[in-house]
Amino acid sequence: MKIHEYQAKNLLRAYNVPVPKGDVADTPEKAREIAASLGKTCIVKAQIHAGGRGKGGGVKVAKTPDEAYNAAKAILGMQLVTHQTGPEGKKVLKVLVEETSNIKKELYLGMVVDRARDRECVVFMASEAGGMEIEEVAKATPEKIIKCMVPPVVGFSPFEGRKLAFGLGLGTDKALNAQLTNIAKGLYQLFVEKDASLVEINPLVLTAEGDLMAVDAKINFDDDGLFRHPDIKDLRDENEEEPLEVLAKNAGVNYIKLDGNIACMVNGAGLAMTTMDLIKMAGGEPANFLDVGGGANPDQIEKAFRILTADPNVQGILVNIFGGILRCDRVANGLIQAAKNVDIKVPMVIRLQGTNVEEGRRLLKESGLKFTVADGLYEAAEKIVSLIK
Amino acid sequence: MAILLDKNSRVVVQGITGSEGAFHTRESVKFGTKVVAGVTPGKGGMDVDGIPVYNRVIDAVEQQGANVSALYTPAAFTADAIIEAIEAGIGLIVAMTEGVPVTDMIKVKQVLKTSKSRMIGCNCPGITTPGVGKIGFMPSFIHKVGNVGLISRSGTLTYEAIWQLTCLGIGQTTSIGIGGDPLPGSNFVDLLELYEKDPDTKALVLIGEIGGTAEEEAAEYIKSNVSKPVVSFIAGRTAPPGRRMGHAGAIIAGGKGTADEKFKALEAAGVIIEKNPAEIGKRVQEVLAKVGKKGKKK
Repeated sequence: MKIHEYQAKNLLRAYNVPVPKGDVADTPEKAREIAASLGKTCIVKAQIHAGGRGKGGGVKVAKTPDEAYNAAKAILGMQLVTHQTGPEGKKVLKVLVEETSNIKKELYLGMVVDRARDRECVVFMASEAGGMEIEEVAKATPEKIIKCMVPPVVGFSPFEGRKLAFGLGLGTDKALNAQLTNIAKGLYQLFVEKDASLVEINPLVLTAEGDLMAVDAKINFDDDGLFRHPDIKDLRDENEEEPLEVLAKNAGVNYIKLDGNIACMVNGAGLAMTTMDLIKMAGGEPANFLDVGGGANPDQIEKAFRILTADPNVQGILVNIFGGILRCDRVANGLIQAAKNVDIKVPMVIRLQGTNVEEGRRLLKESGLKFTVADGLYEAAEKIVSLIK
Repeated sequence: MAILLDKNSRVVVQGITGSEGAFHTRESVKFGTKVVAGVTPGKGGMDVDGIPVYNRVIDAVEQQGANVSALYTPAAFTADAIIEAIEAGIGLIVAMTEGVPVTDMIKVKQVLKTSKSRMIGCNCPGITTPGVGKIGFMPSFIHKVGNVGLISRSGTLTYEAIWQLTCLGIGQTTSIGIGGDPLPGSNFVDLLELYEKDPDTKALVLIGEIGGTAEEEAAEYIKSNVSKPVVSFIAGRTAPPGRRMGHAGAIIAGGKGTADEKFKALEAAGVIIEKNPAEIGKRVQEVLAKVGKKGKKK
């Protein structure tokens, strides 16, 4: 799960990581109020779940409260387009108004779980090339990124803070060394206590006054850990999510919208990805990823059909179910019932495999509904692609 | 012969009294699996179809000689249940549970490293040795006794591949789903070694997914340690970066972990790659025909 920058900064404060003074506003008036209370030059930043906000016009400097009012007025309600939002952009509903910093140096500090087999721990990544896209730094100058694994048995140790500080060129300054160690310690605690999956401070700024401060912050959480963090779960912002995906999530269906025109419904994530691959191989474009769940019961199937048909780009549907414990005849009955209830107007190819498959296919053929039945995996993809051409 | 699950396996089911646990225990008993005990804290003394239920794993070990654990516990209690099984000296732990937090698995893996236990999962379809037994969700009818070993990160795609083999008359030694989570108890590399040593396994199928580096690590290992032919398919060539494709581990992050990179690494290691998932079975058939003629790949 992703959260907004202002929410991430509130969490950082709670873990003693210094962040600029500021607050969030959803009206220009509120932005003016915050700017007035800060009493100095401010920065007004659009709050959406995507990077590259500055280039898209979502970040403005305001020298006076009135300028903050105008900046907020321009940004709030705008459809902000960045390289991460897609061409349609995202509507801005909140801005963060905070004090600006006297930047002497911009650094990068990030954390993820290293999945490699011989590591499997939380790892810090730091770089003196802050403020830039870290992926580009990693590609062009990998030597500029230093890594620091935290052994899970002992947790964060102060020497790791010193290691990071020296790596960032701050090691010889005793005060900065201590500041960085404290920041890293706080971030590690936050990461493991709240089940984060990614933390990025980019940039971590060294100010002219000699302080380190998190000027931007991105935190993602492990969805599987949310059950034990109701405070984090509350930070979810449905406005930031694809409406159909919200609908799917609430229905217990695993759905991701894509840009193509062939919808697919599959049981199991691996088979669902494979079905997308097959559609592409056959010359089509998948409209989505949809895992209806291992059970594929009639209720889930009906909900899935409603989600698929709500996407206006969809011109055909491919259903691919491997009936295991659940028999194909029952899946077929579920499909027939759901198709009747949802009133599907686009062509549909159904490929069933597994237990009682003959009976399942017979039921589909005799249902009177316009299903095209396919036997083979690739044949199913070819059939749906040719049907919509 | 086969790997991991054999005729000496005595299974304890953790979470046997839950609806999933009870259902899949019945299915596995029908398949021939020796299920000797169940564990649900607070329900000791009960039985499920005559299988005694205990409060603690150690009781199942001491009183029924359990040496394999099948876990169907709720996600919130799964790390605890796995560590209990390790402490009780269970040699093979197979966890089907979906949704276990990554930080829990970091801890579990630390305990595993200092133990003699091996773990499969979480979020996996289980393990089947045809003719001997099965643990987990794999449908019984898809299997057939034979000489191909299959390892996969998927669920239903695994069934699909096994079924393709069986329909062509090709049986399996042991089929294993290692699960779709970011930190699985066992990775491809951990299991390839066992298949290589198993005299009955003549060829291998490796089914990967986007995300992580498990397939690249497998490729590196196969290059110098596996003499048997390996056929491989990777799911998710068309998946967009940054989106988690159902499995917690299936995500192309920071441009790494794409299907094409994985295919490339495997191909460079001498693995026979098959990009059409409908052709996995046929490809194995060709490979086995060659093995039959020459006896060996190298």
